[in-house]
Amino acid sequence: MNTNTTKNIMIVGVGGQGSLLASKLLGHLLLEEGYDVKVSEVHGMSQRGGSVVTYVRFGDKVYSPIIDKGQADFIVSFEKLEAARYLEYLKPDGRIVVNTQKIDPMPVVTGAASYPKNLIGRMESLGVSVDAMDCLSLAESAGSSKAVNIVLMGRLSRYFDISVEKWLSAIGECVPAKFLELNRKAFLLGRGE
Amino acid sequence: MKQLMLGNKAFARGLYEAGCSVVSSYPGTPSTEVTEEAARYDEIYCEWAPNEKVALEVAFGASLAGRRSFCGMKHVGLNVAADPLFTASYTGVRGGLVICVADDPGMHSSQNEQDSRHYAAAAKLPMLEPADSAEACQFVKLAYELSEEFDTPVIVRMCTRVAHSQSVVDTAERILPDPIPYEKDTAKYIMTPANAIKRHPVVEERTSKLTAYADDCPFNRVEEGDTKLGIITSSTSYQYAKEVFGENACILKLGMVHPLPEKLILDFAARVDRLVIIEELDPIIENHCRKLGLEVSGKDILPMEGEFSQNLIAEKLGMELPSHHTLEDALPGRPPVMCAGCPHRGLFFTLAQNKCTVLGDIGCYTLGSAPPLNAIDMVLCMGASVSSVHGFNKAMEGGCEGKTVAVIGDSTFMHSGMTGLANIAYNQSNSTVIILDNSITGMTGHQQNPTTGYNIKGDPAGKIDLESLCRAMGIRRVAVTDPYDLAECDRVLKEELAAPEPSVIISRRPCVLLKYVETKPPLRVDCDKCIGCRSCMRLGCPAISMKDGKAAIDTTLCTGCGVCSQLCKFNALKGDSE
Repeated sequence: MNTNTTKNIMIVGVGGQGSLLASKLLGHLLLEEGYDVKVSEVHGMSQRGGSVVTYVRFGDKVYSPIIDKGQADFIVSFEKLEAARYLEYLKPDGRIVVNTQKIDPMPVVTGAASYPKNLIGRMESLGVSVDAMDCLSLAESAGSSKAVNIVLMGRLSRYFDISVEKWLSAIGECVPAKFLELNRKAFLLGRGE
Repeated sequence: MKQLMLGNKAFARGLYEAGCSVVSSYPGTPSTEVTEEAARYDEIYCEWAPNEKVALEVAFGASLAGRRSFCGMKHVGLNVAADPLFTASYTGVRGGLVICVADDPGMHSSQNEQDSRHYAAAAKLPMLEPADSAEACQFVKLAYELSEEFDTPVIVRMCTRVAHSQSVVDTAERILPDPIPYEKDTAKYIMTPANAIKRHPVVEERTSKLTAYADDCPFNRVEEGDTKLGIITSSTSYQYAKEVFGENACILKLGMVHPLPEKLILDFAARVDRLVIIEELDPIIENHCRKLGLEVSGKDILPMEGEFSQNLIAEKLGMELPSHHTLEDALPGRPPVMCAGCPHRGLFFTLAQNKCTVLGDIGCYTLGSAPPLNAIDMVLCMGASVSSVHGFNKAMEGGCEGKTVAVIGDSTFMHSGMTGLANIAYNQSNSTVIILDNSITGMTGHQQNPTTGYNIKGDPAGKIDLESLCRAMGIRRVAVTDPYDLAECDRVLKEELAAPEPSVIISRRPCVLLKYVETKPPLRVDCDKCIGCRSCMRLGCPAISMKDGKAAIDTTLCTGCGVCSQLCKFNALKGDSE
């Protein structure tokens, strides 16, 4: 493979959880930082409660809009099972940032399958770096369960050499003014500050 | 100004900058946002048409009037618009006419994986193919120039990964061309046989000129690299090839995929040791190369179906893939489901309970086919439910009447269900058609349609009354029911199935995701009363699951629709007031 310096972030979750806002925020921030950026999302059928994935790529020059197996520097997951589903996309030394929420998919709801046990522990035992936290509780204490996406972005921000002010200003560009304070709070709770 | 833009938004920006005046489209993933974004520009008249054929004819009319016009659709939409497409190729244009067709390799949101490049060849129309957002914006502007210079509609082909990826676009000002005055020109625009036969040679001559132009087209370019490997590619496949090979290959990147250049390809082939064609879906560039007498690799190593990716190309060309972690067990899938509170659920539950044979259609309600409802037998294309139920009933010679229904959404009914209903009324089959009227085009993300009373900008518009329409077509029995009321649904369904004549049931309730719909507080489970009989689980509502042997409700998802409580014999599922 052609070696290049492109960095890859995958955002995975369940349709309707707000991953499009997370990728919008990252795209905005990274463009401001002077990178070439590509963000790829899937609309339509897959958004109806199905497994959804968004790719964010940045670097000097980005070609492919998607991330392939073994290429993600980060997987940001809104849900445990979805983190496990996309594990193969992570670089061996990549990191998973995951919300510990469990959302049963329909095959589990109907009893056709069971929700796998101890997913985070098992990923860790493979040597994967997993940063797991209860983002739903943090989002609720920030004021809305819908702010899980921004809590996750707060957590992710710990691994980037970009100032909190720049993250917050990018949030300001991406959310309506009336939700700014809520999202600011959610971001800082996620970041752990 | 540099901005991060969705491919479809960049396409709309191109329409704006090129001075497009009239846009008419029908929504379809992955093309929808082109028209939605165009509608944000007050300078452009935009509308949702009832279907793609109407939309293309509207755009054609605007072109005839001397203005730059546009029509957008998904790949299967072009099948619907094919009739005007083929003859507009003969008439040519007055104001520039650009058509967007968005293919969906990998079928993220589609019923087939057709390659729309065949239409460019079949209708003898030039086709451009951008590989990212910046090109989408730029190519639209070139498309209008080509349209007017060569007197032809021009197709711009998008694909899911270009349409739904954001990349950097440098925007420019809008330049509005002078309108071209209208003049009657019957030999060019009345396609009777006598006129059309004289237009056909014009089309052939145009194709020759365009083939020559393809050699010099600024969007067909060679990117230098190691000449041991030469790659001819276009669209998103170019991005994957570039990602894998960088400068370790010489790349001919095609921006115009019909007609394909000849000299440019022959010269390129002569400079490289091995020639590989990287294109998703069908071997169109590959076959062209073979026709030119070139020895190439293509579909012998790369698949005909599905999307490509950087790893797929690396693997097929014998390169090492990056390593990764693997969890050994098979994880449960997470297929899309009907939303909690979806008005379609109650209707599909009723159909399943009555063991109906259900001929389905295209929209959110296709999800009624999934477990546990399993309530659909067939889905083919837009409108097919209504036409097929008639054929099914005629073939069964009455044997299935009283058991078989068609289900179709409000938008899909306006798109192409009406003509099927006309056939039922005319040729009299005892068919029952259920219109699932959720007052919006749901699956593509809430577009207005002729039954909603609002236009693309959300302003009040003409509103077609479905009941009156069905009656006017000759259907005497038209019943309306609320899908949240299971007993009423069951009663109406049984009554219409038993009726000895054609009938329409309108299952009416707005999509629960619409902003104006007020939902009720979530239900709660009375654990003393719940015996864990799983009766409520038969609905397949994502808000209901079993926890420690009892039903549990996810209060973040539940909209309080109350359909589940109607199934609970123990009165264990309760609203706030109970």
